Amino acid sequence: MENNSYLFEYSLRIGDTSLILGQRLGEWCGHGPILEEDIALTNIALDLIGQSRAFLTYAGQVEGNGRTEDDLAYLRGEREFRNLLIVEQPNGDYGQTILRQFLVSIFQYYFFDELTKSQDKTLAALAEKSLKEVAYHVRHCGEWVKRLGSGTVESHQRMTYAVDELWRFTGDLFDSDETDRELISKGIAVDLSKIKLLWDNKVNEIFTLATLSIPENSYMIRGSREGKHTEHLGHLLAEMQSLPRAFPGTIW
Amino acid sequence: MIPAMKSNPGASVKNPETESVWKILSEIPDPEVPVISIVELGIARDVEIKDDKVIVSITPTYSGCPAMNAIEKEIVSLLKANGMNPEIKIVYSPVWTTDWISDAAKAKLLAYGIAPPEKSSMDKNSLSVHPKIIQCPKCRSENTELISQFGSTACKALYRCKDCKEPFDYFKCH
Repeated sequence: MENNSYLFEYSLRIGDTSLILGQRLGEWCGHGPILEEDIALTNIALDLIGQSRAFLTYAGQVEGNGRTEDDLAYLRGEREFRNLLIVEQPNGDYGQTILRQFLVSIFQYYFFDELTKSQDKTLAALAEKSLKEVAYHVRHCGEWVKRLGSGTVESHQRMTYAVDELWRFTGDLFDSDETDRELISKGIAVDLSKIKLLWDNKVNEIFTLATLSIPENSYMIRGSREGKHTEHLGHLLAEMQSLPRAFPGTIW
Repeated sequence: MIPAMKSNPGASVKNPETESVWKILSEIPDPEVPVISIVELGIARDVEIKDDKVIVSITPTYSGCPAMNAIEKEIVSLLKANGMNPEIKIVYSPVWTTDWISDAAKAKLLAYGIAPPEKSSMDKNSLSVHPKIIQCPKCRSENTELISQFGSTACKALYRCKDCKEPFDYFKCH
């Protein structure tokens, strides 16, 4: 691959992860368990979609074929998406949504913190912007994970189920391939092995307070780097892309 | 290349051409906090005149702030109405911070009923919740509590005063 192709690929991964997670959280709009949480989840969704707009716009510029953020979001097929597998998983109940958000937000927090040091000035600037927002997401979800995990018998059971559902997608967060290696060697990409321990520690800390345990020897489902997704992404895209697909060229 | 930033555009070297643009910009209110202008809020970052074009650099407060599109349109239409040929440039660095909001603008926020952000920005390194003492904008009591980190807009959190019992918005440090 050429130099720019790696950078295009890398920017897509970051942008797609925020986009798909934002889309999932948007499903909660009007359905939150309480008004404040409805607002919180959609506020987080707004941050994520804003981040994805910036990263996808940059991806389009790097690629140099004139594709805009909208072209990339609405006119790519499932296999062309590079989002992490965990973010496309269904919302489940509120606890499952919060746990997914917590696991991803911590990852994004340490990821963006490292990316602020990138030799690519645009990625570094966008990372600094996103980092501030993600810190709020971590704080918010961490508090809820603690409360739900150590709350009632019912909430504890549901959180335990959520951990079982989602843990198998956490290996995918830290996978790396040629794109990562190539860009790490240029000081552009984040070396994910560096942030794995930080992520483990933070998850452990909050899980302990939440009286939740990390599953042992869990089978890990991987593939986001190659666009190999679970069945859920196609359904999500069918909904998200329906309008621009039905009315090509429509603008807001 | 990102132009040098001016945290206080009025104090920078005066250039009559850009001066008139800054004057127009300082009359554009933030759509969601209409008591302060986009200059006071630190959204309008730079004005550059190149040939016949007026290039205005703006920076988002929050990545997903829906007010950005409205602000962009407002700048373009006002400058055009003044016979200029505007172009908008979105800049991300240096990253927007509530420290750019002037003291005068903070006083306006308070008078409007929004508790202004505290000085010296956020502690982004802290991943746990440390509730801050926020003064009630209505009765000035410090006996207040956080209801939610997320409020009516991306930039605000929701608080409640335990003395006068009023809920209020707090402009988050960022």
